[in-house]
Amino acid sequence: MSILINKDSRVLCQGITGKAGAFHSSQCLAYGTKMVAGVTPNKGGTLFENKVPIFDTVSQAVHQTGADVSMIFVPPPFAADAILEAADAGIRLIIAITEGIPVADMVHVARELRNRPNCRLVGPNCPGVITPDECKIGIMPGYIHKKGPIGVISRSGTLTYEAVWQLTSLGLGQSTCVGLGGDPIVGTSFIDALELFQNDPETEAILMMGEIGGDAEERAAEFVKNNVTKPVASFIAGQTAPPGRRMGHAGAIISGSSGKASDKIAALRNAGIVVADTPADMGKAVVEAIKRRK
Amino acid sequence: MKIHEYQAKELLRAFGVPTPTGKVVTTADEAVKAFESFGKGIAVVKAQVHAGGRGKGGGVKVVKSAEECRTEAKRILSNPLITPQTGPEGVKVRSLLVEQATSIGHEYYVAVVLDRAVQLPVLMASTEGGVEIEEVAAHNPDAIKKTHIFDARGLQPFQARKIAYALGLTGKQVDQAVKTLTGLVKLYLDKDCSLAEINPWVQTTDGDMIALDGKVNFDDNALFRLKDIQGYRDVTEEDPSELKAQETGISFVKLDGNIGCLVNGAGLAMSTMDIIKFHGGDPANFLDVGGGANVDQVTTAFEIILADKNVKAVLVNIFGGIMKCDTIATAILEAFKRVKFNVPLVVRLEGTNVELGRKMLADSGLPIITAGDLTDAAEKAVKAAG
Repeated sequence: MSILINKDSRVLCQGITGKAGAFHSSQCLAYGTKMVAGVTPNKGGTLFENKVPIFDTVSQAVHQTGADVSMIFVPPPFAADAILEAADAGIRLIIAITEGIPVADMVHVARELRNRPNCRLVGPNCPGVITPDECKIGIMPGYIHKKGPIGVISRSGTLTYEAVWQLTSLGLGQSTCVGLGGDPIVGTSFIDALELFQNDPETEAILMMGEIGGDAEERAAEFVKNNVTKPVASFIAGQTAPPGRRMGHAGAIISGSSGKASDKIAALRNAGIVVADTPADMGKAVVEAIKRRK
Repeated sequence: MKIHEYQAKELLRAFGVPTPTGKVVTTADEAVKAFESFGKGIAVVKAQVHAGGRGKGGGVKVVKSAEECRTEAKRILSNPLITPQTGPEGVKVRSLLVEQATSIGHEYYVAVVLDRAVQLPVLMASTEGGVEIEEVAAHNPDAIKKTHIFDARGLQPFQARKIAYALGLTGKQVDQAVKTLTGLVKLYLDKDCSLAEINPWVQTTDGDMIALDGKVNFDDNALFRLKDIQGYRDVTEEDPSELKAQETGISFVKLDGNIGCLVNGAGLAMSTMDIIKFHGGDPANFLDVGGGANVDQVTTAFEIILADKNVKAVLVNIFGGIMKCDTIATAILEAFKRVKFNVPLVVRLEGTNVELGRKMLADSGLPIITAGDLTDAAEKAVKAAG
């Protein structure tokens, strides 16, 4: 088992003919992902790598290939429209990799998706989702992953790779790794992902990486306290970031007392979560969390 | 993107929000002229810089005569303005806003921001104006009234009235408040703002509602469609190396330490700073070359880092996803040719094409210190920086 995606997921890529879309669709195919279609307006009827059919619209692609998951690489000005197109076509899981979508566009998307409870968005501005040895959707390097019992949740891409690499090196495989995305508005929250992992019988422990800014980690800590029985470990990036400065992710702005790393770490520890002191100890924190629970 | 107070007030007026009468000037002579044009009375001279806390730094002065106006304008324009947000070196003041003084009855606060948890913009107002909203939130949260902008078309009239009455306004003030609140929300929505704030929002002794200070920030991701707003950008307010980074598509924030960092991904970049500090070092910068950085971007990143004279060592930490390790290796070798490396370079590579990347660095014969994991990289960088 796993969450969100598995070997049966039928994946289409919106923006498959763009540079990033094409490169990563190839990588996903090579990993073994069932890439069943691509979508680029006015490129319908052609083939990607001589095998994956390209359609003009997501609706056509869904009807003809039975795709149920979409990976989006559409450029920022048009990405919100692409998400809504996928939702309208009945896609159940939309994974938006695109970075730099205007916040107002995402407010609009979030407003629309509220009326579609059967459609889940992951991202935008995220590395994607991977269920090792079954299905890779996104930009993460496949080889660092290993099948196993740890659920991984993160707001950041490369920090997730770092954590996964530490887990794999310690012999701890992953059930599914979910990159939530670094933007102020994302489709799937820590709480959503925690709930999915809690209900997944094959996930035995959870590692969640947060970062400064907002209060998503505090709310996640509260949720863990009340609803999660599995061991949870965590790390918060940006402990040494100066206040009031934006550190790359739009989400990572700290101002005043809210959003500070120290507040987040205190909330997490208070919920019984093992928090790694440094980013080099994320894997060890998971080992510690499992040990404490036994 | 941030803009100046006078620009924010221009926008506020365009959206129907009354502000005091004022003029933007760049010399003491012009300041005096502006003072005199208001007739006899009192004026306020306000430094126009992006940094906050101007009042605390002496950048906002009430003046009661032309002479006093000249003295204060001259003083503010000729000295660096040091505020809690500028750092000890302060910032140069290039322009002043000279405004007719307002007789203040009561100060309120109002702003529109994004509520991430609800995923909608929220209008916040408080009876405690003139102070930081974070302070009010901490000591008197009940003073803050909120209403979410649930309708894409903007604030509904009933929402505006609800806030106005909750603030205790009556009579003509309610009508004026409704107009201002509706305009402020419209400005936020129409211009892709990340913040639209009036603080203080003042009830004058005559009972009129007026925006005494305004702050408007914009979503950088939306600037491509805000043609009119692009003209408000004042690059003199931005750090030159941060500007250069931005033009190259790199995310860079200058800090005070001596270990330059080149990392891919914001989360890993912040974590790299964290682990440097944990091992007793001090990062000189935050730098995220992005997921798909090319040779030119990485070379520029090195140039930006090495331009900082405080830098005593550079740590490259790349976990390749989109960014392949051979790309970063190529860039490091190219940068060695283009820029003069006069400090030790510690490189830690992991991810896509890592073997190829490591081999390229090893075969180059260049004096590069390679590191295995994060701890090893941080320890070596701290040691190299002395």
